[in-house]
Amino acid sequence: MAANEYVVRTKDLSKEFMLGGTPLRALKNVQLDIRRGEYISIMGPSGSGKSTLFNMIGGLDKPTEGSVFINDVDMAQLDAQELAYLRCRTIGYIFQSFNLIPVMTALENVTLPTVFAGVPTDDGIERGIELLNIVGLGDRLHHKPNELSGGQQQRVAIARALANAPAIVLADEPTGNLDLKTGKEIILLLKRLNKEQGVTVISATHDLKMLDVSDRVLWIRDGGIERIEERADIDIKVGEVEGE
Amino acid sequence: MEAQKENIGKQLHLPFKKAFGIALNNIRLRLGRSVVTASGIFLGIAFLAYVWTQGSLNQAIGVDTTIEARMKFKWLAALALMMSTIGITNSMLMSVTERFKEIGTMKCLGALDKFVVEMFVLEGMLMGVLASFLGALLGAGIMMLTAGFGLGWHSLAAFGFIGFLRIIVLCTVIGTVLTFLATIAPAVRAAKMPPAAALRVEI
Repeated sequence: MAANEYVVRTKDLSKEFMLGGTPLRALKNVQLDIRRGEYISIMGPSGSGKSTLFNMIGGLDKPTEGSVFINDVDMAQLDAQELAYLRCRTIGYIFQSFNLIPVMTALENVTLPTVFAGVPTDDGIERGIELLNIVGLGDRLHHKPNELSGGQQQRVAIARALANAPAIVLADEPTGNLDLKTGKEIILLLKRLNKEQGVTVISATHDLKMLDVSDRVLWIRDGGIERIEERADIDIKVGEVEGE
Repeated sequence: MEAQKENIGKQLHLPFKKAFGIALNNIRLRLGRSVVTASGIFLGIAFLAYVWTQGSLNQAIGVDTTIEARMKFKWLAALALMMSTIGITNSMLMSVTERFKEIGTMKCLGALDKFVVEMFVLEGMLMGVLASFLGALLGAGIMMLTAGFGLGWHSLAAFGFIGFLRIIVLCTVIGTVLTFLATIAPAVRAAKMPPAAALRVEI
């Protein structure tokens, strides 16, 4: 079981972008182990490389050097079909701008990953309804994204991310486009799903509200890990802030 | 490590029926946009059919068969073909690029590159066949009516139904092939992009 304790591991992970002819190192030798069932926040200012790290972990982009292991499988070793399989069943994605398919209803959006997974249509719809109920949108099944508020759209996106019962949910600035109260609700929903469904939540964010619910916080700066804080340290800090 | 890798299966390709259903649904749900896209094909092919019908009619009734007139007709037909190509390419290019983000999202949800290409090509072909056929009917129809009223209906007899049909079929095939070529290039490019890059695209 020891090998399986970590759901995500990165080894010497580096990413370079070409920016106007000069290489820009967005990630520098990042070593990171994420435990199964953990709620981890990747914190950092914009341009610090947290979205790049998010894309690498999610297999949405290829690292320049180093590797990402998901359940001890090196993602670089996977072919296109295996990578699609992984994205479909092992990882659920949540984005800042929700990225729902605009012409599809909430239910159709949530059902889409089950279609790609080859789940029979009726089972997929049943699963979709169940998930939309869990995120509190049981009465909005047939609404299109533009008929829903930002918070509701993000809830649909969360339900969609969970469609194939993934081991990991990756959230990139999930509260970035939401107001304070709605953002808080989304964070609490993610935390609840993390606890109830045992899904590992990895969230790239600069929303300090995330600190409260995180098991660990990874502070990232200039493409490298600045420090990693455990739950206990965070509690003290939040306490200090509240005490002032 | 090796034993672990076996846990990851290969993503299955969706059955054709499913892709066809999604493509048809996309056209239906984006009806306004689909009509605009299809108009590009429709008008291009209508012009082509119009010019060709005129040329064939002239030949059939034996007017303007001088070398100069033939050259003029050939030039006009080439121009019409070029216009259809540009119109169709432009329409299909737009309809794919404005959905880069959607393609990135679908890939995140587990869509294979092949499926993305298939979906767009099916969508393009459905619109291409229909718009080309209607455009050919319109173009050839207008020319024949013009000739009928201007030169008398007997002139059409020389041309015949077969001649008319030949132009309709030829124009429909050309429109469909052009749509296919104009769709597959941007669709393949979009499908091959890493999802992160496709998601970053802002239109």
